[in-house]
Amino acid sequence: MAYNWNWGVFLQPTATGDDSTYLDWMFHGLQMTIGLSLSAWLIALLLGAVVGVLRTVPNRWLSGLATAYVEVFRNIPLLVQLFLWYFVMPELLPEDLGNAFKQSNPIVQQFLSSMVCLALFTSARVAEQVRSGINSLPPGQKNAGLALGFTLPQTYRHVMLPMAVRLIVPPLTSEFLNIFKNSAVCSTIGLLELAAQGRQLVDYTAQPYESFIAVTIAYLLLNVVVMSGMRWVEVHVRVPGYIGGK
Amino acid sequence: MISMNKVSKHYGSFQVLADCTTQVHKGEVIVVCGPSGSGKSTLIKCVNGLEPFQSGEIIVNGVSVGDPKTNLSKLRSTVGMVFQNFELFPHMRIIDNLAIAQVKVLGRNPEQAREKGFKLLDRVGLRVQAEKYPGQLSGGQQQRVAIARALSMDPICMLFDEPTSALDPEMINEVLDVMTELAQEGMTMMCVTHEMGFARRVANRVIFMDQGRIVEDDSKEAFFGNPRSERAQQFLAKILHH
Repeated sequence: MAYNWNWGVFLQPTATGDDSTYLDWMFHGLQMTIGLSLSAWLIALLLGAVVGVLRTVPNRWLSGLATAYVEVFRNIPLLVQLFLWYFVMPELLPEDLGNAFKQSNPIVQQFLSSMVCLALFTSARVAEQVRSGINSLPPGQKNAGLALGFTLPQTYRHVMLPMAVRLIVPPLTSEFLNIFKNSAVCSTIGLLELAAQGRQLVDYTAQPYESFIAVTIAYLLLNVVVMSGMRWVEVHVRVPGYIGGK
Repeated sequence: MISMNKVSKHYGSFQVLADCTTQVHKGEVIVVCGPSGSGKSTLIKCVNGLEPFQSGEIIVNGVSVGDPKTNLSKLRSTVGMVFQNFELFPHMRIIDNLAIAQVKVLGRNPEQAREKGFKLLDRVGLRVQAEKYPGQLSGGQQQRVAIARALSMDPICMLFDEPTSALDPEMINEVLDVMTELAQEGMTMMCVTHEMGFARRVANRVIFMDQGRIVEDDSKEAFFGNPRSERAQQFLAKILHH
């Protein structure tokens, strides 16, 4: 195989003449991936917690609504959801808002669509984890909270959620990892995140091996950082005398 | 204090409680016993509205439990309850288990709540464990904490749902001693339990249930001396055998 390895390619100025190197492109892509994934993750956690709790409340309308939400966002392919948010949603918005969106900076359009898409898709999965966490608590815990005079919301707040959240830290870690990996899908609408920068580098330099090896390593490092962070969280919320605790 | 009138409950066609009628007066200690599945636990959970019932009426301290207008949280904060599996909150220290409801439900200030918590821990002999977590205590100790937690709300009566059934035999007495002391101080108590020794020593009345019905409701002397129903005679013959 005649392939000319050239790791020095990252330090070369780019062919666009914008005074940056290909390594700078990679960093911009990494920043975009991190910014997009973290903002989507925060929204997914909040929304997922609310929807997950609603799935367990003794009100048929609320839990039915939450179930519908989860099933919709969990069962449509991520790529299709992204196209819906990016291409279809602006047309469905009230005209002024839709036009304002379409006339805004294309990067903002891509970022917002991607963020909403990843956030809602992931929130449905977080909601399922939250629900299973709540359902795995001993049923007597809820009764104990109520019997002390707590209202149902207080019982969730002080009794059930603190334990449920601790139980679901490990599965939440894999959702957190997933959101970084899923963010690569957003390159399909033109968002220049890490994977897209990698492909762009191939287009400009014809060095696919170096480019995608670098992208791979960047994703791996990112996930190692996330895993260590979540591991730290897991250890610090352990309850003494309880599963996994001291 | 507690008055039940023809309370019935069913899941579909399965009758869990059928026309249960009884009274618990202030300062009385009632032991509820009967075979498994007879509805004892369900009956006691109806008293503070943890289990809904379809017909009949329960009045606790003048408030109707089944009335949809009743503020159940407020009612429950005045009725202490102790569960079979303790149900302490595992993520809180013992002292916080005792303080949290005082602060969040009764609006006491946190310092006073902890102070009261320490006093109650003293009373059940567990002051030194105050800073530990529930998982670090034995079953008997956890159940004593659970009793202290219920008392922290200054309840007008206490409900016990098989408080010793999940305990090692060695630990049963430490819990029963606390309950006996409580009874002697004049607390109104309704206890679902199989501890017939406790019933003989402490109870004023014994209620015997079978298949969702109150079969006997009598003074302990009458119940142990001369149970009227055949079902109660069989039950006593079996459990007093050893």
